[in-house]
Amino acid sequence: MPLLTFNDNGIYCERADVYIDPWKPVDRALITHGHADHSRWGNKHYLCTRAAAPVIRYRLGDIKLETVEFGEVRTINGVKFSFHPAGHIIGSAQIRVEYQGEIWVASGDYKLEDDGLSEAYEPVRCQHFITESTFGLPVYRWTPQEEVMADINDWWRQTASEGRTAILTGYALGKAQRLLDGLDTSIGKIYTHGAIENTNEVLRKQGVKLPPTTRVTREINKKDYPGNIVVATPGAIGQPWVKKFGNASIGAASGWMTLRGARRRRGADRGFVLSDHCDWPSLLEAIDLTGADNVYVTHGYTAIFSKYLREQGLNAVELHTEYEGELAEIETKGNEETEKENAAADAE
Amino acid sequence: MKNFAEMFRRLDRTTKINAKVDALADYFLQVDDEDKLWTVALLSHRRPRRTVNSKLLRAWASEMSGIDTWILEESYHVVGDLAETIALVLPPPEHDYDHTLTHWIDYIQEFAKYDEEGKKEAVQEAWNGLDTTERYLFNKLITGSFRVGVSQKLMTRALSRATGIEETNLAHRLMGNWTPNDTTFEDLIHSESATDDISRPYPFYLAYQLEQPAADLGDPADWQAEHKWDGIRGQVIVRDDEVFVWSRGEELVNDKYPEYHILASAIPNGTVIDGEILPFKDGQPLGFNVLQTRIGRKTVSKKLLKDAPVILMCYDLLEYEGRDVRKLPLSGRRELLERIMEEHDTGGVLQLSPVFAFDNWDDLAAERETAREKFSEGIMLKRIDSAYKQGRKKGDWWKWKVDPLTIDAVMMYAQRGHGRRANLYTDFTFGVWDGDQLVPFTKAYSGLTDKEFNKITAWVRRNTVDRFGPVRSVKPKQVFEIGFEGIRKSTRHKSGVALRFPRMLRWRQDKPVDEANTKADLDALLETYGG
Ligand SMILES: [Zn+2]
Ligand SMILES: [Zn+2]
Repeated sequence: MPLLTFNDNGIYCERADVYIDPWKPVDRALITHGHADHSRWGNKHYLCTRAAAPVIRYRLGDIKLETVEFGEVRTINGVKFSFHPAGHIIGSAQIRVEYQGEIWVASGDYKLEDDGLSEAYEPVRCQHFITESTFGLPVYRWTPQEEVMADINDWWRQTASEGRTAILTGYALGKAQRLLDGLDTSIGKIYTHGAIENTNEVLRKQGVKLPPTTRVTREINKKDYPGNIVVATPGAIGQPWVKKFGNASIGAASGWMTLRGARRRRGADRGFVLSDHCDWPSLLEAIDLTGADNVYVTHGYTAIFSKYLREQGLNAVELHTEYEGELAEIETKGNEETEKENAAADAE
Repeated sequence: MKNFAEMFRRLDRTTKINAKVDALADYFLQVDDEDKLWTVALLSHRRPRRTVNSKLLRAWASEMSGIDTWILEESYHVVGDLAETIALVLPPPEHDYDHTLTHWIDYIQEFAKYDEEGKKEAVQEAWNGLDTTERYLFNKLITGSFRVGVSQKLMTRALSRATGIEETNLAHRLMGNWTPNDTTFEDLIHSESATDDISRPYPFYLAYQLEQPAADLGDPADWQAEHKWDGIRGQVIVRDDEVFVWSRGEELVNDKYPEYHILASAIPNGTVIDGEILPFKDGQPLGFNVLQTRIGRKTVSKKLLKDAPVILMCYDLLEYEGRDVRKLPLSGRRELLERIMEEHDTGGVLQLSPVFAFDNWDDLAAERETAREKFSEGIMLKRIDSAYKQGRKKGDWWKWKVDPLTIDAVMMYAQRGHGRRANLYTDFTFGVWDGDQLVPFTKAYSGLTDKEFNKITAWVRRNTVDRFGPVRSVKPKQVFEIGFEGIRKSTRHKSGVALRFPRMLRWRQDKPVDEANTKADLDALLETYGG
C-alpha cells in the first residue's frame, strides 16, 4: 500500500487518515493554498500554513483551522507532514509526507520564479512527486516578470497619455497583488475591483506590503478614472460594471495570453503573459530537482505531459482530479469563483 | 519586418475598424514602395510561392527545439495554428535580424533553388534571428497561408489615406492579375489608365440577407426580383478579343470553363457581365453537386463537358462599349444587357436571368417557396434605380433565401476549434437514430455564440467517454437543430448522405435525446431534395 493514494475525495493518506486538497468534504484536510479548487467548503478540520490562513478563513468563513509554520513537522500516527514554499501565491505550500523512508510531495500549484511577494519556491527531494501541468506544453515559456511589468507600465503610460483609463485583469488572490506590486505608481492612481480590494485588506492585515489602492465605488466621480489604472477580476470584463470607465483599454495578465486565439477570444486590447504557474522549462526543472522517479500529473495537459515524462524514463501517470487552475478561469468564464466575485462587486 | 510585425500586433489587438485602419495607414507611411507593394499583395491573397511543405517545417522545428514531433503535433492541436506553434516552441533567438519585409520574401523565394538541406539551414538560420511574432509571420509567408483578418476594403481605405488616392479608384486598380514580381507600386497605383491590365475585373456588389419582412421594402414596382441561382458568382470580361472569367473569390478561372472561350468573338470588346456560373442542360439548371464535379478540376475532359456543361446566367452589365456603366440605374443596365443578348448569338453560353413580374409581396413569397426545386437558393431583390456598388452593402440589394432544411441531431464527437477558438470545442459530429444506435451523418462547427461554445466546452470536458487524438467522443445527451442548404447521396459518408453548408441553428436544450430525428427522416429528405 503506497503512502498516498487517490480516491473519489482527493489525495489520501490512509495511515494518518488525512486528505490533501480534497474536493469532497472529509474529516481532516491539509490545504496547499486558498484558491477555490484547492480549498473547498465542508471539511471538519483544516490545516494550512500561517501565511495562507487569513485568506482561507476569509473565503470559507467559520471553519476549524489550525496552522503550521513552513518547515515545521507534524506527526500523525507516525507519518511526518511538513509544508514547504511553493512560490505560487502568498502562503502557498507543497506538502511533504514521510513514513519509514517513503517520501511524497504534493505540490499543489507552484512556480519557480521568485515574484517578490510569495515565499520563494524551494525544491524538496522525494521519491514520489505530485505535480500540476496547467502549462505543460512546450509552447508555454515565460519572460521574466520584470520585463512583463515594464510592458504593462508602458501600456498604462500610453493609455494615460491618451486620456483613457487602463483596466488590468488578474484573479483576485495572487495575480492581482503581484500586478499591484509591480505597477509604477508615478504614472497615476490605482483603483481596485471590490473582490480584489477585499483580498488586499486581508493580506495587508497580515503584514503584506501593497501600494496604496482605492476601491471602485458608486460614489467616485467617473471623471476621476481616466489616466489611472483599475485592477479588476477577469470575470468583471463584459459586465455592466466596466461601463463606468468609458473608452478604456483592457489588458489581461495570464499565462494563456501566450496564445493568439486566447488573446482574441478574451476580448482584451492587450494580453500580457504572466502566470503564477510553471512554464514548460520550469516544470521540467522542478521535477528534475525533486529527484523523484515517480511523478503523478494533475490539472492541465495531464495526458501529454505524463507521456512526455515517461519518454524521459520517469514512471509518470496521469491523474484525474477536480483541480482546475487557470484553465477554469479562461475556458468557462462563468465558474463559481468569478460569479462570486461579480456578486461581491455588484453589491457595492 | 519589424514594422510589419508591429503593424500586425496592432491589427491583432483590436476589433475596432478605425484602429485597424490607423495601424495600416501608419505602416504604409513608414515603409518603402517595395514593402508597400508586398503588403498590398499579401492582404489581397497574392502570396509568395510555397517553397517548403509543412511536414518539413515540423521536422526542422522539432529538431531545433529538441522535442519530438508527436508533442509538437499535440501542441498544434491546442494552439490551432502551425505557424504559431512553431514560433512558440523554438528556443529563444540568439540574434536580432532587422531586414525589410521584401528582403525576407526574396529570402524565401530563393528557397526554390536550394536542396532540402539548404532550405533547412536557411529556415533555421532565420528562426534564430527573429522574435516570436516575426517567426510567426515568417512561417506564414513560407507556408503561403498568410491571413490577418483585414478585408481588402479596409486595406484600401488605409492605403487611400496614406497615398491620397480616392478609395474606389484604388479598389479598382488593386484588382486584376498582377503579382509583386511583375509590377511596381508606382505602376500599379499611379499609372493613368485603369484598363492597363485588360483582365482587371470590377469589384463585386454583394447583398445581405433580408432580415425584415419583404413587405417593409415598400412598393413592389420599385423592385426587380429574380432567382438567386445556386452556382458560383462570376464576372465575364471581353476586351481586346480576349475573354477573362473571374470567380467571386477573385480567381481567374478561364481554364476551368472552356465553354466561355467563344465569347471572345461572339460579343463585342469592352463588355463586362456579372452573372452566375451555372451547370445547365436542355434548358434547365442542374444542381450544385453537378457543378462540384467541375470545381477544383484544372483540366476538363470531353465527358465532363458533356455531363456538366456550364453557362453564365447573366444578372447585370458593368461595362458597355468600353465604358464603365456601373453608375447607371439597374433598369438602364438591364436594358443594355438585354440588347447585347438579342444582337449576339452566343450559342446559349449566355442566358438572361429571368425576372419575376409581381405586384404584391405574397405572390413573390409563394414563388420563393418553390425555389429549391429549381436549384435556386431563393430570390434576389434589387431596387430598379440602384447603381452597381462595390462590396457588401445594405439597402438597395437584398438576398431573400429560402429557409434551410433542418434536422434535430445528437452530438457524438467533439474536437477543438482553430485560431480564435483553439481551446474551445467547436467542431462537432452529429448523428441520428437508427433503432437504438446513432449513425453519424454530418459535422458542423458554426452557428453558436461564444457564450454557447464556452458552455458546451465545459460540458464536453465533463462528459467525455473516450479520446482519439484531438477528438473526444461524448455521452449522447445533447440535441442540436442542424440547418443545411441541400442534401445528396454520398458513397464517401457512412450514413450515405452529404449535406451542403451544415451549421447549428439552435442548441435544443429543451429536447430529450430520444426525440431527435431518425435515419428514416434523413432518407425522406434525401428522397425529396436529393435530385
Ligand atoms: Zn492555485
Ligand atoms: Zn490549482
